[in-house]
Amino acid sequence: MSKLPNKEKALGMYRQMYLIRKYEERIYYLFLEGIMPGTIHQSTGQEACAVGMLYDLRKDDYMASTHRPAGHDLAKGVSLRGMMCEMFGKEDGCCHGKGGAMHTGDVEVGALVANAIVGGNLPIAAGVALAFKMQKKDNVIVCFFGDGATNEGSFHESMNAAAIWKLPVIYVCENNLYSATTSIALTCNMPNPAADRAVAYAIPAEVVDGNDVLKVNEAAAKAIKRARGGEGPTIIELKTYRHGGHSRNDACQYRPKDEEKHWFDRDPVKNFRDVLISTQLATEQELKTIEKAIESDIDESVEYAQNAPFPQIESALADVYWEGK
Amino acid sequence: MIKLSYREAIRQAMMEEMERDPDVVLIGEDVGCYGGCFQVTPGMIERFGPRQVIETPVSEECIVGVAVGAAMMGMKPIVEVMYGDFSTLAADPLINHAAKIRFMSAGQQSVPLVYRTPMGSGTGAAAQHTQSLEALFTNVPGLKIVYPASPTDAKGLMKSAIRDPDPVLFFEHKLYGAEELVPQEDYLIPIGKADIKRQGSDVTIITYGKTVFTALEAARVLENDEISAEVLDLRSLRPLDTEAILASVKKTGRVVVLHEAPRFGGFAGEIVSTIVEDLEAFSALKAPVVRVCGLDMPTPFNKNLEQQLPPSSKRIIESVLAMFRG
Ligand SMILES: Cc1ncc(C[n+]2csc(CCOP(=O)(O)OP(=O)(O)O)c2C)c(N)n1
Ligand SMILES: [Mg+2]
Repeated sequence: MSKLPNKEKALGMYRQMYLIRKYEERIYYLFLEGIMPGTIHQSTGQEACAVGMLYDLRKDDYMASTHRPAGHDLAKGVSLRGMMCEMFGKEDGCCHGKGGAMHTGDVEVGALVANAIVGGNLPIAAGVALAFKMQKKDNVIVCFFGDGATNEGSFHESMNAAAIWKLPVIYVCENNLYSATTSIALTCNMPNPAADRAVAYAIPAEVVDGNDVLKVNEAAAKAIKRARGGEGPTIIELKTYRHGGHSRNDACQYRPKDEEKHWFDRDPVKNFRDVLISTQLATEQELKTIEKAIESDIDESVEYAQNAPFPQIESALADVYWEGK
Repeated sequence: MIKLSYREAIRQAMMEEMERDPDVVLIGEDVGCYGGCFQVTPGMIERFGPRQVIETPVSEECIVGVAVGAAMMGMKPIVEVMYGDFSTLAADPLINHAAKIRFMSAGQQSVPLVYRTPMGSGTGAAAQHTQSLEALFTNVPGLKIVYPASPTDAKGLMKSAIRDPDPVLFFEHKLYGAEELVPQEDYLIPIGKADIKRQGSDVTIITYGKTVFTALEAARVLENDEISAEVLDLRSLRPLDTEAILASVKKTGRVVVLHEAPRFGGFAGEIVSTIVEDLEAFSALKAPVVRVCGLDMPTPFNKNLEQQLPPSSKRIIESVLAMFRG
């Protein structure tokens, strides 16, 4: 059993996990109702990965995400309103309606605009880390990617570069067992596609239960310490599972039912809630209060976003190049 | 003024900028003690050390991606890729990331990097080391693209590229030894401004990169036929100096568009369209616009065969004379 955090941190983590869960649920319903445009790749079921990894980062540390960025962004501190408005393509979105579901981010809180080219953010994160090193800063960057991304050339090139330059980057593979609809077992000959390959670059790696936020947080702490201390990169492979399909149009028929059951029984949000109660870090009443507050925040953000103005048409052409702002 | 070769001009620009701003860093394969594939960077690692001159693994996608990330954090990386042909491997970070990040983030983030790489034939390096791939990138909004011919332009444009807040692709030709007198003081050549390399009144040859020299050679010969050819060196492909193009066309009424890249789908098509879409320029035309380009084929190894590929001054002259024959 992991060491328990103090009450404040425990509740803080729960709050974020619950926020991500309810945010993604709400988005899903809005899609089903046909109210929300675009596509979605949801992180429901992977909340412990985002929160465990990012909870102890400083605001001026960075995070690089993927086509599935909502959990990461919310955990890094992008505002709920900014996220929700972006989903609706509104002017008040974190990227003024120009990024959309796959490119959310807010530099103010160290969330780089998310990158939807599988593996595309891996070298960029190395570059961010190289800049920290050249600028003699002690910041670190956490870079998320999927199991599928480990089969991209950029994965191998970036791990190698991060290793030789001892970069302050933490590479976090959220291994949810599938890249889109394809089982990772069919596309990688190793049980741990990221961690098993780390040896090729002499990068320390760890395989962690990605549905246990405390275990993820412990692994994060070690990796952050190494990176900040100038000891170089770490690869963390988190075993986890999507609760829904890959994207908006995926009814997710290809996963064995017993596999789904195995993972759904290990729901990261519910399990952490049980831990909080059983260890008496929180009372049922306290958690209910937190949950209610989050639900009403989400209601408020949807209400706000739906009524918020669209970007001015004239802004379409802005920001292709620098405009002297 | 001081006599500098094309490679020296590029090197001086980089060194002066690295001196001025320690956030300007050079990243690339063999750019350190070896001095770069085409010897553009000798002495730089000795002068600036491994913080500002970074030797990399042979990993083009990664090193350009690294430059994107470093640029997002306020560094001003210059990436050297050995041959323009390898731009295919760097295409993802250039096209999908560098060109898009400012836009997707609605201006929150900038990618002020310079991507340097040489293009073109004449080196006997065969099909995978001699291409002119600029047209793969000219269709990508978010990128700026320059292709200087002269040492003076190379130096001034390199400095502008380094100081530019957007990603700039800096294509080089391989006449690295070509010399010229270059101003000694600090100067910039603005991105997006063409330059008339030779004034003329009867025909305009519009080009960029190495073929500027071919055009000048053709213009000298055409003088014997009492044809006065203007040579317009675009210097920048994106943004394109439309004004300069139209002004010259209205003056001469005859146009040859010249580049080494293959004609089909090449950048010349963009220039021709720019001309014929403008009513005044179109009305000024006294003859159909002609494209003189590289042959539609990969580069062969054998020297005699290779020489068939790039546009020669002879082909330019024939095209011009045909316009006058009517
Ligand atoms: C370079 C590239 N190839 C393919 C795609 C299409 N695509 C989007 S997500 C995805 C699967 C990615 O799987 P994984 O890396 O495991 O991440 P996950 O979706 O499971 O979070 C694919 C193939 C893409 N966006 N980029
Ligand atoms: Mg996956």
